[in-house]
Amino acid sequence: MTTQPSWTATLRLGLIGGIVTLYLILVGMVEAFSHRDIIGGVIDMGRVLVFVSFYLTGYFALRRLHSAETNPRELIGRTALAGLANAALVVALLIFFTLVPGVRAIFVSASPALVGLLTFGQGIVFGSVLILLIGAALGASVGALQNVPAYWRTSLITAIFWTIIIGILQELLVITFRNSVGFLTSLLFASTGLSLIGTILVFTVVFTGAYVNARRGDEFRARFQELPTTKQQWITRGIFVFLILLLLSLPMVLGLFFSEVLVNVGLFVLMGLGLNIVVGFAGLLDLGYVAFFAIGAYVTALLTTTSTEIVFAGGWPFWAALPVAIAASAIGGALLGIPVLKIRGDYLAIVTLGFGEIIRLLFLSDFLKPWFGGSRGIELIPKPFIGSFELEGPQQLYYLILAGCLIVAFISLRLKSSRIGRAWVAMREDEDVAGAMGIHLVRTKLMAFAMGAMFAGIGGAIFASKLAIIYPHSFKLDTSINVLALIIIGGMGSIPGVIVGALALVGLPEIFREFADFRLLIYGIVLVLMMLVRPQGLWPEARRKLELEEIKEPEAGAVGK
Amino acid sequence: MLGRVFGKRAARLEWTDIFVYSLGALIVGVVIVGSIMTIQKGTYGARQWFDLVLFGLTLGSIYSLIALGYTLVYGILRMINFAHSEVFMSGPYAAYYLAISLAASGLVAENPALALLMIIGFAMIVSTLIAITVERLAYRPLRHAPTLVPLITAIGASFVLQYTFRGFFGPAIKVYPEFPILEQKIILGEFQVTSLQIFVIVIAALMMLGLHLFVQYTKVGKAMRAVAEDRETAALMGINVNRIIVTTFALGGALAGAAGVLFILVFNQVTFYMGFYPGVKAFTAAVLGGIGNIPGAMLGGIFLGVIESLGPNLILDGLGIPAPNQLKDALAFVMLVLVLILRPAGILGERLTEKKA
Repeated sequence: MTTQPSWTATLRLGLIGGIVTLYLILVGMVEAFSHRDIIGGVIDMGRVLVFVSFYLTGYFALRRLHSAETNPRELIGRTALAGLANAALVVALLIFFTLVPGVRAIFVSASPALVGLLTFGQGIVFGSVLILLIGAALGASVGALQNVPAYWRTSLITAIFWTIIIGILQELLVITFRNSVGFLTSLLFASTGLSLIGTILVFTVVFTGAYVNARRGDEFRARFQELPTTKQQWITRGIFVFLILLLLSLPMVLGLFFSEVLVNVGLFVLMGLGLNIVVGFAGLLDLGYVAFFAIGAYVTALLTTTSTEIVFAGGWPFWAALPVAIAASAIGGALLGIPVLKIRGDYLAIVTLGFGEIIRLLFLSDFLKPWFGGSRGIELIPKPFIGSFELEGPQQLYYLILAGCLIVAFISLRLKSSRIGRAWVAMREDEDVAGAMGIHLVRTKLMAFAMGAMFAGIGGAIFASKLAIIYPHSFKLDTSINVLALIIIGGMGSIPGVIVGALALVGLPEIFREFADFRLLIYGIVLVLMMLVRPQGLWPEARRKLELEEIKEPEAGAVGK
Repeated sequence: MLGRVFGKRAARLEWTDIFVYSLGALIVGVVIVGSIMTIQKGTYGARQWFDLVLFGLTLGSIYSLIALGYTLVYGILRMINFAHSEVFMSGPYAAYYLAISLAASGLVAENPALALLMIIGFAMIVSTLIAITVERLAYRPLRHAPTLVPLITAIGASFVLQYTFRGFFGPAIKVYPEFPILEQKIILGEFQVTSLQIFVIVIAALMMLGLHLFVQYTKVGKAMRAVAEDRETAALMGINVNRIIVTTFALGGALAGAAGVLFILVFNQVTFYMGFYPGVKAFTAAVLGGIGNIPGAMLGGIFLGVIESLGPNLILDGLGIPAPNQLKDALAFVMLVLVLILRPAGILGERLTEKKA
């Protein structure tokens, strides 16, 4: 029989959780998030973050245990201990902040406001006791929930999760739906966060839904399976048509703000699909990818602008400039690809990073200012027209991006299983072997660079006409990292993964404005954690998933490489 | 390299090779033409050139110290420690708080040498701790993962460190207190040297000498060389490979911390994003000297520093390019690309384009 981890191990786990909580507090997330209420006047997002940390500590403590063999009391005791240890560190920090006021000169987040926030304004003594109690209670709740049936547990957690999400989204939901279903928004929401009635309503509705799904879901799915094949097809087709209609009507339903978010997500989907070819399919880590986005944007800007400050201002319509921009990016990709043909892995990453920076520094320099406008960039870029209809705002541009994404996704999908797609994958696995099998390495590599650059060029062209003005500052390394992070979170080589990644990494930070400051921090954490915990990504490509599982298994025994 | 192309592989000279070499020839041509034109124009006298070279040496010795960190880690793990630029940033960032408190207590005025040593020592400790932590948390679990995985982790770790410092200590630019002792001017005939430049070069040289002695003449240094040579065999010989790897990260971190303080003494400002450019340039320097090669990193750093300081004025000015100093970073990147393409083994040599495993 396996032995249980000792109580000290549980305590240690709680303290590690506590360090994570302290990190979240010190890095300023708790304070920044506290300005957004989830339930008006009752609880804000900053505190929820701390509570989630307490709860998760309990959860991880539980996972280390063999819960089936442990008696329920011990289970609760242990998870409570983990939560308590986590909370104890928070209390220690608060006492430290109160006793040593000078610490504020070093840690910017150590403000009295933060202490007040975490002690619920009850003063340090009573507040500390309160935190310890909450920590222990949240930890214990994990152990206690282990004793109720699974469908109860999942329904409860789902309901709490969605209540939090809807609470966070209060402001946006109110703005968006005030005019269409105003009675509902005024019932559900307070001036900040959910109202009490709203909380109860949302919680009950989601809980019921999740409960029904957990208890009866299998039954429904089984009934669907029993249907004749033609009927099944009709239902799936219906869902498909519904999805298309939903995609087409999104800007109308969601309004200006969400359309803007969707347009940005779309731009990153375009870039992500392009980088996915280079990194995901062909295995060439390109950190200067933003350069091709920049080339697409600058070519479009140069050809369409009516500005008089630029030597070569074309004044073309968008549709004439688009193919030129795409071609220029593709050629740029191939040209930058030639010198790096023989460079592999780590070195490729650094060289491409260098290329990206060179391109940006050239656009930025006074040297090329008459052509590219230097740090002031290029202004007066017209919007695209369809006939006499101007795609002026995000609600119209959305369709352009949607069309672009669908076309590019379709091309990627077809490329993936084509001859060249398989050549890319072979090259990713082992260049020498691929070469020996008769794959033309030069052509295959250059194709990957050119294809990836082309997709980024489409994104760049749309980006330029969307903003009407472009600066070199929009094309920093950060953007390359952003795109890389989104294909890694989605799963390298996976096309739906790119969309999931873009929604998570571009969409979420735009919706939660408080995230903006922590955006790159979160990307960094995502990159590290994904590599450590789930290298295949959230929506992995089937083949890569198999590979990574294969690598894991022999690792224990094999010493050699 | 050229010999290889024309000798053994002459039959396989492809159009892409021709493209790459003509590109290289073009850049070298531009460099030569630009230099000749600048010298003919005679805008700068001997004194300006001396100042530029001296500044280049100062900067270059700092790059060398950072480059050693890349080279040491690469020599042992065959991976680019992308987070090294943040290790470089973290030491002087933390030491800033020591520096201002020392300045407030009057120690900087009374005993500047002691104060400087304390600051450098503190920065070295912090950088070492950060380097070890990153290795422990982010790299060690991935020791046997495919190549791209640790590299991506390293990029992530680099961003995490940057924005952790930003979150903890705020986004404001921090300015080190002034050290009057470093602002004295020493006149040598027509030329003039500041005590800061001497200080930076001497400290860097001492550190490099120390590292050289450590690697060559101590038991741990010997073990490090053995692990770099062949990790499995070293392990069989009873060397604790994990401990050697940690030692390597610690050494690189300590050097980077010292380099960070020297860098701040030259440029005065500490920011959370200050590591990026020096980091990439030091990496270039490491590649330039032949990565994995310790004397190569020292040489490469000095070379790159001088190029960066001289280059814009020497090469670009003559070509009539306005504001050439704006392009000094671009010049460093061009150097990097050029070296990797034309002579990937570096000046002193190390095979790197082919997988060594």
